[in-house]
Order: sequence, then structure tokens, then C-alpha cells
Amino acid sequence: MLKQTEGSHAVAEAVALCRPEVICAYPISPQTHIVEGIGEMVKSGQLTNCEFINVESEFAAMSVAIGASAAGVRAYTATASQGLLYMVEAIYNASGLGLPIVMTVANRAIGAPINIWNDHSDSLSQRDCGWIQLFAETNQEALDLHIQAFKLAEELSLPVMVCMDGFILTHAYERVDMPSQEQVDSFLPPYEPRQVLDTTDPVSIGAMVGPEAFMEVRYLAHAKQMQALERIPQLAKEFNTIFGRDTGGLVHTYKSEDAETIVVAMGSVLGTIKDTIDEMRTSGVKIGVLGITSYRPFPLEEVRQALQNAKRVVVLEKSMAVGIGGILSTDVRLALSSERLNGYTVVAGLGGRAITKKSLHELFSQANRDELPALTFLDLDWNMVNKHLERERTVRRSGPAAENILRDVGVIASKIS
Amino acid sequence: MPLQVIKFYQTGTFTVGNRLLSADDRSVQANTQRTNSLNSGHRACQGCGEALGARYAIDAAMNATDRQLIAANATGCLEVFSTPYPETSWQIPWIHSLFGNAAAVATGIAAAVKVKKQKGLIGDVRVVAQGGDGGTTDIGFGCLSGMFERNDDVLYICYDNEAYMNTGVQRSSATPPAARTATTMPVGAHPGNVFGQGKFVPAIAMAHEIPYVATATVADLHDLEYKVTKAMTMRGARYIHILVPCPLGWGYPSNDTIRLARLAKETGLFPVFEAEYDQITSTLPIRRRMPVEEYLKPQKRFAHLFGKKPDVGTIARIQAHADKNIRKYGLLQEEFSQHG
Repeated sequence: MLKQTEGSHAVAEAVALCRPEVICAYPISPQTHIVEGIGEMVKSGQLTNCEFINVESEFAAMSVAIGASAAGVRAYTATASQGLLYMVEAIYNASGLGLPIVMTVANRAIGAPINIWNDHSDSLSQRDCGWIQLFAETNQEALDLHIQAFKLAEELSLPVMVCMDGFILTHAYERVDMPSQEQVDSFLPPYEPRQVLDTTDPVSIGAMVGPEAFMEVRYLAHAKQMQALERIPQLAKEFNTIFGRDTGGLVHTYKSEDAETIVVAMGSVLGTIKDTIDEMRTSGVKIGVLGITSYRPFPLEEVRQALQNAKRVVVLEKSMAVGIGGILSTDVRLALSSERLNGYTVVAGLGGRAITKKSLHELFSQANRDELPALTFLDLDWNMVNKHLERERTVRRSGPAAENILRDVGVIASKIS
Repeated sequence: MPLQVIKFYQTGTFTVGNRLLSADDRSVQANTQRTNSLNSGHRACQGCGEALGARYAIDAAMNATDRQLIAANATGCLEVFSTPYPETSWQIPWIHSLFGNAAAVATGIAAAVKVKKQKGLIGDVRVVAQGGDGGTTDIGFGCLSGMFERNDDVLYICYDNEAYMNTGVQRSSATPPAARTATTMPVGAHPGNVFGQGKFVPAIAMAHEIPYVATATVADLHDLEYKVTKAMTMRGARYIHILVPCPLGWGYPSNDTIRLARLAKETGLFPVFEAEYDQITSTLPIRRRMPVEEYLKPQKRFAHLFGKKPDVGTIARIQAHADKNIRKYGLLQEEFSQHG
């Protein structure tokens, strides 16, 4: 059913259609509307056989989800940013125990400085935690990926993060096609746990594992992600036959077949990039896009195939590996280790800095001329940075950096372009 | 569930309950049909108070719930010594997740079993969470308080041996004043753990106004079984705090575990009581009041108080704490009636 709704509400409805049995909620912007939506559905009786628990922290949220999942029910929670970091110990535990929890990450910057706006630093910081990470480009895709996520998680006994850009998607009202309960039921079977806390067949879960078996258990985590690499495209096809939409999969290309320049990105910024590329194409520039949906497992082969015929690759990422450059671009580079082409890392949109078509035009044109530095910080105000660096050179007690820079910026609500 | 064959070697003693008593008055442990939830062969130290307390508590809970019980366990001695896989000692469905989240994991299990029961998939399955004092009063305290205030249907059992024994006897917020630990060494002007710190979580549990809070020791196992059994007849958040002496961490011969637990109670240092919501409903009175020296002296963690020149000032402060407990909780029955 077509409807005009907020991204968060679309996800809330989609999660409800998946018949979750335990939802744990702790507020953090910008995911709050999702759990608020589900909470209302449980309280009103619209969503039955579901316990909605307001917990005291994200650490507790993930821990409650661990208990619920281990007791054999479908568990869901949502978080972002500091919340994701606060639950890190439990995140590793959930994947280590093989519990198929699904969690929305409404991607948001990590402090300090505290910042509620969108970038991908939060979930990318959990790159190696053992969870599958799927990135949504649109609200429709966010909605659909949640339905796929439960199936994927439960088939593999592995937790899945569905990552959607905070505010840009979560708070955007867009038209979405909301599936029917019948469609979801025909796609997603009831949860059959591989392991369960059952009084008729008692097992111990979470025992200490020493050097004699730890490597093997950890390898299994990798093996499962490799299984996911095969399963994710199949699930997208199965999804398409029931829902009639091409959603999910590992990667999506756009106008990349004959492209000399291919831009690689994740999430909602792909829309802006595609618009820019459409415009550049009209003036004859051979440029295309590779959108990565499955960040973990990372589809090395699909990425290589999509990029191998290009002359240059621009990885535009809303994240930064401090001290080296890009996070996503490191993975892309690994995929291209057998290829000879020019690679550029662009760190963009940190903390909600707008990524505009104007900036992208300039950026991609520069890339086409192979004049882009290996590492670019898009729209970075060098004056502000240099001014502060100079302050640190000249004054020992130069004070807090963020506050100094804000003072330099002066009184404007926020710099978005 | 397969039952272990339990043999009682201690015939003629009171160790496993007096079988001359009527069936109703016998302890759960006196029954050869008990679950033996924490099986023999685990790797706890000789004389471990926690192993003893856990077996009695969980067996009693199993008995009270017709064996429909799931346990969540915090990281700690109990977790480590019971599950050196493949040799798990647990005869019940059991999960260990992390150090600080046992209460929250139990909340999740309780929510799951509620939904499964609503769907008619299972019967009335109950949930316990358990951990040591570190996992309860320190790192797990946020999750514990959250579980309390939501009144989740979980019995949380804290086995309090008054320090982080699993990591090598470091101070916790349950470590008593003056006690030597690896991080409160008996050196300097004020040897051992400082006065004026620490928290008594049973009192904090009561402040949450949960249905049931109780304390117990491994010196009175019948009382412990009674409290666990009573807790399992109730719904909502319940808390039992059991004092479990630790031969390693406290520094005493392993055959003195019960004696020291009893002395902790008889000196008034560890008040044994029950409370419902925020009201104390019963106390286990001191039968023969003992000075704190009797309790402190056998323990190496207090040895620095009893050198050639005993530290009478510090001992007096500890005695004052015991006296305060006796007044506050009415541990001497005549005083209780006076204050009653």
C-alpha cells in the first residue's frame, strides 16, 4: 500500500509486520521515532504477542535483546551514535553467541564534539563486531531491508544492523510502498532458533572457550559472513518475487558500464551523487556509481567486477579512519588490489555537513582530470583549521578546540553548505 | 530432565538436613530427588561459599518452580568454575553473557517466556539471574536497578564474597572497611579498605520498593532455601543477597566457611532479614552475640588489625558498625521489641 510517511514510521511498521516478540527501547536521536512508533503499536494492541521494554541504557537494550533471543524469540532494538558505542560489549556478545537480533542504526556522528547529525562513524566503528551491516539508500529500502534482515539473521543465526542515515532518512517524509501482513508472512517464516534456553532440553550457553577452540569458533563467525555473501543476493530475488521490488543485494551500480570514473558510496548520499552524475552525463562525462548495500560482509568480488573497467574510483564516505584516511576506501582498495587504476578517498558530510551537488560537480570534475589529492576532506574550511592550528602553535593554554572553532565561526545557526 | 543419582555420605550428620523431620520440614537438599542444579565436579576452591550457596539456592528455586527455571549468570567465579566446557555443571538452561548485564539478560528471558507462554508454547517458566558482588553492586548495578524499577519478573541472587575474587581479590563496593584486598593493601596510615565507602545493596533494593528483598548466609541453608522458595512464589523483581565466605580471598582454612558466615551474622556485621516492598518483615535474630574480633581474627584479610599491638581503634569502628546494624535491623530480639 502506497503511503506518505516518515522514514522512522515506515521502519516501525515494517518491523511490526515482522511480528517481533521482544522490543527494547532506549531513546537516542535520531532513532527515537522508530521505537516510539513500535511502542505505541504494542500499547494500543495493534501489535500483539510482543513485549515492549523501556530499558535504562543501550547496554541494557542489547542485553535484554540477548536474553530474549537466547530464550527463542524474535528480538529487535534500534540505536545510534553514542548509544551504539555504549552497547559495544553486548554487540560483540550477541554476534559471538550467534543470536539473530535485528537492530536499526540511525547513523549519526560520534562525539566529542557531541553532534546529533548524520554520518557513518557509528556503525563503521563496529566494522569488525561480527554483525552484518546493510545500508539503506532510501526509506523504501530501509523498510524493505528490515524484512530481509530478520530472515537473513535467523537463517544464519547472526545479528544484523540495518543502517539508515539519521534525519536524512529517519525524519524524511517520503512515499513508501508498505507491504501487507500476508506478503511479509509468506516471506518471513516464524523464528526457529538453533539454540534456545529450554527447560525440557537444558543447555549451557556462553561458556568460557580457551585456546583449544577459540580460533575455530571465531572462524565460524567469518564463515557465516561468507554464507551471508551468497545468501543476500538470493534473498533480494526472493523478496522481489513476493514484493515486486528490487531491494537489497550486495551492491547496486548506476550508469557504471562504460564509466571511466566510478563513485563508490553508501546510504542516502547515493541519491545526490546520481543526480550529479545524470547532469554530468548530459555533458558527455563518462561517470557512474557503485552503491554498497552490504558493508559487512564486504562484497570484494562484486566491487572488483563493478570497478575493474574504470580508470579511476572515487570513494566518497561519511566516515574517517583517523590517522590513515578512509574506512570504506580501505575496503574498496582491498577489492582492487589486483587492478591498476587511480583511487581517491573523499571524506564528506561528517556530522551532518551537507553534501551538495555543487560541491560534487567540482569534486568529480577534479577527479576526472586526475587532479584530486589521494585524500580529500570535502568542503573543509581550511581557514578555520589553520587558524586554530596557529593558535595551538602560539598559545600553550589554547583552550578547547571545538569551542574555539565555534567562536571563530561566529553566530550562525549551523553551517550546512 | 535426567537426574543425577545423589548419594548422601554424611549419614548421621545434619549436613543435608535432618531426615527425622517431617517431609515438609526437610530441606530441599535432604531430598535425593533434588535437581543438583550445580553438579559435582566443578572447579570451585575447596570450601567455596559461593558454590554452596548457588547449589542450595538454585535447587530450591528448581523445586519451587517444578523445574521450570532458566538462569542468567554474570561473569565471575561462579561462571568460570562451573563451565570449563565441555564440563558444564549446570543441569538447567543457563546463559552467561557479560559481567555487567545478568539482570538485563534475565529481563529479556523473562519477556521472551512471557510471550511464549501467551502463545501457549511453554508453561510457567521462571527466571533467575545470579552474580557475585562485583557483577551486582558495581558493574552490573545499572542493569540491576533497571530490572528492579521495571519490576521485571526476575529473582536476582547476589553471592557476596566481598571482593573481586575471580580476578585476584580486588576491592568491590561490597568490601568491608579495613579489609585487605589486592587494591586495598594493609599499608600506610590507614591499612586496608577505607571507612565511609561501599554500599549495602539489599537496602538499595528495598528503596526500589520491589516485592521481595532478603539476605541470607551459607551458615543457615534452611533459611536460604526458605527465602528462595518464598521468592519463587512471588512475581516481579525480587532480590536475595547471600553472604558467601571465600577461603582464598578472606584468608581462612576452607573448613571455616560456615563458621565465618555464622559469625558474620552473630556479630551483627551481616544482618539477615526479609523485606517486602520497602518494609522489613522479619529478621533472623542473633542467637549468641559475638564481638567482631571473633569474626575478624580468623581472617588473614584483617590480620593487620591483630599484630603485636592490636588496632583497637579500627576494631572499635567495626564493632560500632555491627552495633548500628543490630539497632537498625533489630537483630537482638529484645532490642527489636524495644524499638518495634
